Amino acid sequence: MIELNFGRKLGALDLQVDVTLPSRGVSALFGRSGAGKSSLINAVAGIVRPDHGRIRVGERVFYDHDSGTDLPIEARGIGYVFQDARLFPHLSVAGNLRYGLKRARGTHTVGWDSVVEVLGLDHLLDRRPWNLSGGERQRVAIGRALLRQPSLLLMDEPLASLDAPRKAEVLPYIERLAREFALPVLYVSHSIEEVTRLADHLVIVSEGRTVASGELSDIMSRPEHAPLIGRYEAGSVLDCTVLQHNDDYALTTLRFADGQLRVPRIDLDPGAPVRVRIRARDVALALSRPMDVSIVNKLPGRVQQITPRDGPYADVTVDLGSRTLRALITRESCDRLGLQPGTPVWTMVKSVALDSRSVGFSRRPRSASPAQAPDLPQKPGAPAEAD
Amino acid sequence: MGGIEWDALLLSLKVGAASTALCLPFAIGVAWLLSRSRLPGRALLDGIVHAPLVLPPVVIGYLLLISLGTRAPLGAWLKSTFGIQLIFTTEGVVVAAAVMAFPLMVRAIRLSLDSVDRGLEVAARTLGASRLDVLFSVTLPLMLPGILSGAMMAFAASLGEFGATITFASNIEGETRTLPLAIYTATQTPDGDAIALRLVALSMALAVAAITLSEWLHRRTQRWLGRH
Repeated sequence: MIELNFGRKLGALDLQVDVTLPSRGVSALFGRSGAGKSSLINAVAGIVRPDHGRIRVGERVFYDHDSGTDLPIEARGIGYVFQDARLFPHLSVAGNLRYGLKRARGTHTVGWDSVVEVLGLDHLLDRRPWNLSGGERQRVAIGRALLRQPSLLLMDEPLASLDAPRKAEVLPYIERLAREFALPVLYVSHSIEEVTRLADHLVIVSEGRTVASGELSDIMSRPEHAPLIGRYEAGSVLDCTVLQHNDDYALTTLRFADGQLRVPRIDLDPGAPVRVRIRARDVALALSRPMDVSIVNKLPGRVQQITPRDGPYADVTVDLGSRTLRALITRESCDRLGLQPGTPVWTMVKSVALDSRSVGFSRRPRSASPAQAPDLPQKPGAPAEAD
Repeated sequence: MGGIEWDALLLSLKVGAASTALCLPFAIGVAWLLSRSRLPGRALLDGIVHAPLVLPPVVIGYLLLISLGTRAPLGAWLKSTFGIQLIFTTEGVVVAAAVMAFPLMVRAIRLSLDSVDRGLEVAARTLGASRLDVLFSVTLPLMLPGILSGAMMAFAASLGEFGATITFASNIEGETRTLPLAIYTATQTPDGDAIALRLVALSMALAVAAITLSEWLHRRTQRWLGRH
């Protein structure tokens, strides 16, 4: 477990952190700029010193105000990927990669060859950092941090300084590294897109405080967090597997615990785990099974909760059986349809809304999730509407 | 060129190299203190280091004489403990040149230290390097352009040092008579004009060579660091 329980006043920011994170998988620290996310991981790294509390990673205490423990940065055994890469300009790419490797203590679990292979660094090794593109630089920075043999990897908005094509280039590498190297990752981001593609655990940071912490799909599905995530970005996350492709129409059918979804074609083999983020504003509701509509993703469920929002909106959580789906509709529609907790409804999601930005690798198979077992029989009552 | 010119040239080069080498570690240390430390006497140190830039060189030479001369306590101690005598010797010329060139070197090195990205030093520490390790593996290599141009500047300044040298180490042929002192001597000698002119030409050639080399080194190291 990673126990973060500390505070620090930094100018106008009053950082008060109290979360426990799993010691495996990717934990995202999500929040707006200036919310204190970077200060938080800088305290874990030892760059910012808390004024009280405790920081513990596994068995190792990094900081404990009461006992006076404060490990120096270099003794914490962390890898840190900065937003601005921070490669050493006087060293080649290979020299940068070796910098941490040479200084790593204990047994080396992350090998040179695997890092070079996973991050695609082979043809870059002899180059100098200032000759690299932004995306290449960030990949080298990630490799350098991994070869340092860290027990925890910190990533501070590693994609924020990249343009969209570079982001799309680096993101798959990050997805892969979390799968390939069994290593807990603390990932700071203000992009809900990145978070849903990468994270298993989500911590929401707001005004210096850790206001929510839990499993990603769980935190995302709770309407009370919508204002923190942003009305237009808030939604549900479903873990699915690829069922089949329809090459004629360039579509892919996904299966999850409560049914199927049809999305624009994704290049993954059937059986591959994927994660789909469905924004609440892309979900419509109907009282009866909708016919004669263009929408193919139609899933039945029951209203679980209705949360009125400011202005015209209402957040409706629909229980699909084992998963929930959130819909953002107007309060007027809500009243017109007479929605109440328990009302049976049909949810509708346009395939077009589920573009590549919303669909990503699911990074690790979750044995507890039936969605990850491709041979599980279809649940009765979950008609394959996508067929 | 005759013996006088050769002697003066070789002595000047020797003094320039020795004074640069003597300055370097202290200049890096002082630049560090001025740029990075929160030393209480920082402003005072800054003033003392820069004094040779604004004081007449003769004053510096005289101050050296009364503190390091054989009858001064420090000079006497140097002589009895290490057998080093500074007045009237080449070593004395080196010390006078070093004191005069020191502020120039400190300025160049301090500027390069100020421009080192602290983020890179933090990154090095997250990669397992201690503070001292970071100094040698990151900070000093990144300061290299400034260290080199500071050293070249100190070398060139040492070649031209006159006032402090003649006051402190005197003007002894083959021992303390560097190029500028040789020029001065030639101008004071009847029929010395030809020698003086040759020495002046030599000094100018040296200065041009030093500046060219300094520029070239600076450009090379900047390119090595990816700064254009």
